[in-house]
Order: sequence, then C-alpha cells, then structure tokens
Amino acid sequence: MQFGIFTVGDLTPDPTTGRTPSEHERIKAMVTLARKAEEVGLDVFATGEHHNPPFVPSSPTTMLGYVAAQTDHLILSTATTLITTNDPVKIAEDFAMLQHLADGRVDLMLGRGNTGPVYPWFGKDIRQGIPLAVENYALLHKLWREDVVDWAGRFRTPLQSFTSTPRPLDGVPPFVWHGSIRSPEIAEQAAYYGDGFFANNIFWPKEHFKKLIGLYRERFAHYGHGTPEQAVVGLGGQVFMRANSQDAVREFRPYFDNAPVYGHGPSLEDFTEQTPLTVGSPQEVIDKTLTFRESFGDYQRQLFLMDHAGLPLKTVLEQLDILGEQVVPVLREEFAKGRPAHVPDGPTHQALVARRDFGTTAAGGGATGTPADEAGKADGAVEADGTRREREVRA
Amino acid sequence: MNRRLVVVTAGLSKPSSTRLLADRLAAATARRARSGTDVRVIELRELANDIAQNMVTGFPGPRLRDAVDAVTGADGLVAVTPVFTGSYSGLFKSFFDVIDKEALSGTPVLIAATGGTARHSLVLEHAMRPLFSYLRAVVVPTAVYAASEDWGTGGDDTLADRIDRAAAELAALTDVHTPGHPDTGPPVLPFAQQLAALAPQG
Repeated sequence: MQFGIFTVGDLTPDPTTGRTPSEHERIKAMVTLARKAEEVGLDVFATGEHHNPPFVPSSPTTMLGYVAAQTDHLILSTATTLITTNDPVKIAEDFAMLQHLADGRVDLMLGRGNTGPVYPWFGKDIRQGIPLAVENYALLHKLWREDVVDWAGRFRTPLQSFTSTPRPLDGVPPFVWHGSIRSPEIAEQAAYYGDGFFANNIFWPKEHFKKLIGLYRERFAHYGHGTPEQAVVGLGGQVFMRANSQDAVREFRPYFDNAPVYGHGPSLEDFTEQTPLTVGSPQEVIDKTLTFRESFGDYQRQLFLMDHAGLPLKTVLEQLDILGEQVVPVLREEFAKGRPAHVPDGPTHQALVARRDFGTTAAGGGATGTPADEAGKADGAVEADGTRREREVRA
Repeated sequence: MNRRLVVVTAGLSKPSSTRLLADRLAAATARRARSGTDVRVIELRELANDIAQNMVTGFPGPRLRDAVDAVTGADGLVAVTPVFTGSYSGLFKSFFDVIDKEALSGTPVLIAATGGTARHSLVLEHAMRPLFSYLRAVVVPTAVYAASEDWGTGGDDTLADRIDRAAAELAALTDVHTPGHPDTGPPVLPFAQQLAALAPQG
C-alpha cells in the first residue's frame, strides 16, 4: 500500500488574509511539499497538469525532474496527465526521460481534463474527448513497448518506422493509472490494459465510486489480468487535522467556506458527512480512511489533497508532519491486517521489472506488455453480464 | 401493486394556491385511476437549500436524493409551479436541472401552474411543456392553469372540469406505465469496440 499527496497547483487567495501567492512562490512551494513528503515517509508525490490560470503546473515533467534530483525514494507521479490534448509521442518521450533521470521512480495518471477550452488551445475537439483518450493511449502504450512503430490513427499524423527515445528504463514502461470521476469508458480502458484505476473520490459520495470501481474490478478479471481483488485501485482523500478536533474545524472552516470547488455551498459538517473530506483529529482521519477499504476493497494507493483553497505553506507543512508521523504509520499497519496475500502492493519500477523477469504477478497491474486482445479475451464481451451491459449503451 | 404518483409543487407561501392545485390534481388522478395509487407530495420549498447545494457540489444530499429517487421512480408525475417573471419559478427549474436528463424518459407528466392573472396561462405551453419534452417525458394534452379568479368561478369549463380532464388523461397513462430501467450500474462499451471504432477508414 502506497501513501502520498497530490496537488492541483492552484493560486487561491488565503481567505483569512486575502493574500495570493505569486506563481513563483506557489511553484517553489509545490517542490517544498514534495521534499517534505519524502522527509515524513510518504511514498508518492503527484502534480496536476493545467493550462489556465489560476493554476501553475503546466509542465509536470519539468517539475518532477527537478524534484527527482532532490529526493531519493519518492515516487513521482501526475494527477492527471492530459491524454486528450498532449501528443502521445511527446508523453512517451517526456516520461521515459524522467524515468531514466529518476531511476525508475516514476508513474503517471492519465485523465481527460475538465476544462473545455483546453481542447481548442491544443488544436483538439472536446466532443472527441473519449475517442482521443482511447486512441492516444493505444499509441502511447505501443510506443513504450515496440522499438519501431508503424501507426495510423484518426487524430494525428501517421508514424512510419518511428522510435520513441529514450526507450523506457530497463525496457519496462512507467506504470499507468487511468483517472476518472464519472466515465465507465475509462474504467473499461484501465481494465482492458490491466493498468491501474484511480478514482478521485474526494468531492462526491461513495455510492457513485463503488459502481465505477466495481466495474473496473469486474472487467479487469474479464480481460484475464487476475481476480477482481488483484485490480490496482487508487483513491483520493482530503483532510485537515489538529490534535483537537474542534481546533481543526475552527481553523479550516474559512478555507472550506471559500474553497474553489465546494465553497459557498454545503456546510462543512454536511460535506464531511457525505464525502471523504475529514476535518478533525488524526484519529478521525485514520477512522475515515479505513472505511475506504470497506467500501472499495483492498487497494494500492492512497493520495491526499493537502494544499489547496489558499492554505499557507507553513500550515500545509504542519499537516504533512501530522500525516507522516501520526496517520500513515497507523494506516499502513491497519491496512496490512487481513490483506490477502494475492492482493498486489502499490506498483513500483522494481516490482514491474521483477515481474517481467520472473513472471511473478504480485507487482500490481497486468501491464506486462500484453494487452488483453493479444491474450484472446477482448472478443466483444460474450459473458452474460457483458452482453447485458452492451445493450444499455446508447449510440 | 399500487401505482406511484408523485407530486412536485414549487409554491412558496403557506398555505399556497400552488399546493392547493397540486393536491386537487393528485386526488382527481387517484380517483380516476383503475389501480390503487400511492401519492407522495414533494414541496420544493423544503428542499431549496439542498437544491442550491447540489448546483454547487454536483451531487444531491440525502434528502434531495430521496426526493429525486421518488420522482424518477414514479409511474406518474404532477408538476405544479407558480408563474414568476413570465415563466416557471427558478426553484422549480433548478429542481429539474439537478435530475439526470435521461431519468424522466417515458414518465407520464401532468403540468400545471398558478398565477395572479390568466394572461400568463401560456407559460404552460411555452415553458413547461418544452421543458418536459426535452426530458422525454410524456406530457398529457390538458395542462391546468389556475388564476386567482378561477378559484371562485362557475359556468362552463371550470377549473374543476379542467382538473378532472387532465387527471383522467394522466391516470390512463399511469395505469399502464411500466417502470423504467432500474439502475444497473454504468453502461460500458467493450474496449475492443471502442478501439475498432477509431480504425482509420479506407
């Protein structure tokens, strides 16, 4: 089980002071948080990708390369990399380069993005969001697994005798998560490839994500990558802690009330009751996070959103101290209890290399370079359940 | 099995003439139905905060979810709004804005409105009916408008006559309504087909 933080990289005024950090301050603060994450014993730092104000992280591999040079153990990831508007050829190159520089401490989460105008800024059509995600990833998957690629598709110029360089470190591509908050097509895509599925569950009630994750697990098994319990699931979380619960609520309330996503809406109390947000003592955070396993099954990666809504860097660093010292050690212990041996750990480069070399399956994910169709399983879903679902699809 | 008739009323005052009209329509529909009818009334006033919060967060709180589930699971719907500023009230529209646009597909609906003057009665035809047509609901031919003066007017084609005619139309559809597809989880197109659809042509 891996624990880490993910950041959106928003420039939001601190509602208690009215002060907005500069872009430079925010970018440096993100790096500081990444280093702090390693210092307090977390496993993963993931940055978002955005191309519009008030967000700063437009160039994730640049930032992650810089973080790689300043850390030793931390896995560097994204949340998310835009598979729709980035050229898959450039993603293949950028992340392979980062993988070499970071000695394999790299994976990435693919997403479609939620900002409509980004599509035309990069010459794409938002109405093609899902097809872009499907085709671009099919190409990316190929570029990392075949040295010489001939390819033709709908959304970019054909490739002939193209070799994406550098080749992935040790011949093993970075592990891929597919992130989605609402699209069953993306859960299906993750299942097909045996990749990870990350459900950023922090803003909505769990019932919705139970369906999506259930679908992903069922289809992961359908495509022959393992049992449903072996599918690789990541979840979000959002917390604010103080030793005394009341202090946490008092301090966080102005940030909650003015937060970009849910501010000026529900009360802090209603929202914490209905979503994963936890504002309280470390023990309350532990208790709430442990319920995720009850809802979604044993999973592989837990990422917390800690640095949004204008919280000052100093406060967020304190939060990471509490998270690393008081919360995550207990969660590691508790999540290990009763965890079946056949459920994989969070994916690492070393484990993927070992699986490639020794055929062990406990590396997380089925992304051995064998997409489901080559295994003869992707025949249009002949199982009873699959056909039922097909009928529900509307053209 | 009893038919589920759900009444959505957007009146704001208590007592409200919108609620009064809604209750009369519900009672007349139950009277006209061949099967037994369970009536549930949803007062949008009580859900005003929940509806606004759903607008902000993108999901319904527990009380609103319960109301939405009732509406989308109904065999028949009576929808009544006061006329505000030349149309349905904002609260009325907001409630239907937070419902999934497929969820009322095929549901029989009786539309009705109240207002201070009969001059606004075409709100039913120019605002209410297109709203429910967009949602692919089946709107009964007779829509009922009650102006202040209608509550005390006799003669031909009284409010009571219109209520009875509309209720009979709704009851006929509600009696034979088959519940929509239950929630069986998200649909998914097998991935091989998603890929194949993108294969270059020619």
